Amino acid sequence: MYEIVVSINIGIFVLLALSLNIITGYTGQPTLGHAAFFGIGAYAAAVMTSKWGLSFWLALPAAAVVAGLCGALLGLASLRVKEDFLAITTIGINFVTVAVFQYTPYLGASFGMSVSKPYLFGRPMDNTAFLVLVLVLIVLVCLLSRRIERSWMGLALGGIRNNETAAASVGIDVNKFKVVAFTMGTAIAGLTGAVYAHYMTFIYSTDFAFATSITILAMVVIGGVGTIRGAIAGAILLGLAPELFRFISDYRMLVYGGLLVVMMRLQPQGLLGEDSFLWRRIAPYLGGRKGLSRGGSLSRAGE
Amino acid sequence: MILQQLINGIVIGSVYALIAMGATLVYGILKVLDIANAGAYAIGAYAGLFLYQATGSLPVAFLGAVLFTGLFGVLVQRVLYVPLLDKPPLVPLICSIGLFIFIQDLIRLLAGPHIRAFEAQLPFRGIELPYLSVNAIWIAIMATTAVLLVFLWYMLNRTKLGLAWKSTAQDLEIAKAMGVNVDRVVAFNFLLGYGFAAAAGIMIGMLYNSVFPTMGDMPAYKMLAIIVLGGLGNPLGTVVAGLLIGVVETLVAGYVGFFLPRDAIAFVVLIVILLVRPQGLLGQRT
Repeated sequence: MYEIVVSINIGIFVLLALSLNIITGYTGQPTLGHAAFFGIGAYAAAVMTSKWGLSFWLALPAAAVVAGLCGALLGLASLRVKEDFLAITTIGINFVTVAVFQYTPYLGASFGMSVSKPYLFGRPMDNTAFLVLVLVLIVLVCLLSRRIERSWMGLALGGIRNNETAAASVGIDVNKFKVVAFTMGTAIAGLTGAVYAHYMTFIYSTDFAFATSITILAMVVIGGVGTIRGAIAGAILLGLAPELFRFISDYRMLVYGGLLVVMMRLQPQGLLGEDSFLWRRIAPYLGGRKGLSRGGSLSRAGE
Repeated sequence: MILQQLINGIVIGSVYALIAMGATLVYGILKVLDIANAGAYAIGAYAGLFLYQATGSLPVAFLGAVLFTGLFGVLVQRVLYVPLLDKPPLVPLICSIGLFIFIQDLIRLLAGPHIRAFEAQLPFRGIELPYLSVNAIWIAIMATTAVLLVFLWYMLNRTKLGLAWKSTAQDLEIAKAMGVNVDRVVAFNFLLGYGFAAAAGIMIGMLYNSVFPTMGDMPAYKMLAIIVLGGLGNPLGTVVAGLLIGVVETLVAGYVGFFLPRDAIAFVVLIVILLVRPQGLLGQRT
């Protein structure tokens, strides 16, 4: 039972990391407020099922649409506000979103909001059903990511990541692809939020605070930015960290912070990123897939 | 009343400017968003408090803490930031966030999680007029901030080191090629940047009479809003933005009443202004 609960938690982080990977990994847009869209999806779905009495299975895609629309707005803003300015704007969006959750009485304000348990085939969904749902979603998002990587869109996003001006000069519609990437990434985060809300059956505004955004970003970067395997590995590693570090409970944050510093200092491309220490050793054994992986690193602005 | 609120806003705003100045200097040179600067703020406050309790002299405690934290900054840039300069900007950013978490927790483990009082005895008294009161700590804060900012202005605009700073900020590689001792400029920059954060930490500790391990949380985020508003890496812009946010927060919270908490106001201002002027208030378009 305990294993199932831990697995669902990690699965939710995997989904969030994969969704952020589309925005920050493929497109190279720094986002430090991803938890806001996770929260928008969670609250949107919670309102739909628990206040309006809609079915969970309708609320799930609807929450993705709501979060995706908000994400599209951020995408439009990202056309104007760039790089480090964008990073900080997204922090701001995260703070303002959490403040709205926290101060809106309809959303339970600071008391949080209880969410009714969804039904599947006439029975309330248990943890096993949630685990299956999360796993199915992970597979779907992985397939989507793979498709993006191998498509023209993946190339276009990579172009934007490496050099926006150059991408525009070879005829890539930078604006369109940026907005699409933001919409897709945030919609998946919203979907994950809907699952999270109904799995937890209770949500607090602080679940979606800046710290959560940092955790998601740290997962992507530590795993290896711009790669599916990296996002998954990072999410599993940091998702397991609270369990693994349980024996040093009082020093947990110290170890976590130290880990981020040491990781970034010694292995900035992430554990499984291109040209990382581990991946250079693993990749040859995977043979055929080598040539296809096209994840990359973020380029420094202006270079 | 309005005058009183304005003065409140200016006091808070000048401390904001000081908090954000450290991160502005770091960004100006290295183009790194230095969240760990808020850790230096907490380190400074604790160092100041302990030194004050040990020596009983406020100037000694203030200067000692600023120097200690500044040297810590020199260490941080040598060990962490400079080696990460050629990496994508997310790398030093995550590194900085990790360092901030590490510092906060280290302080909690070393000094304990409880709030400590910072009662400073100032040698002069506040001003009490009908409808207007300015207490001694406010005067000390405004005076110290003014002195530090004038000192910074003098350093940047009237000394050779300032010239080296400006050229390094414009282009690190070219400055190096022109014979500027870039390593020294960067080290000095961190000495100053972390020292400023420490000064702000001590003053906020005195202002609210409390010092605690997570005291850096609020400045960590607000500082970012302020340096961005000021145009990222523009010291003058940071002062303007700090004062602006301080005054707007105080006036909005005091008169209009906002449905969001006080600390969210800075970010609402930030988002609105950035959408109109993406390069910040005093930033230049590149």
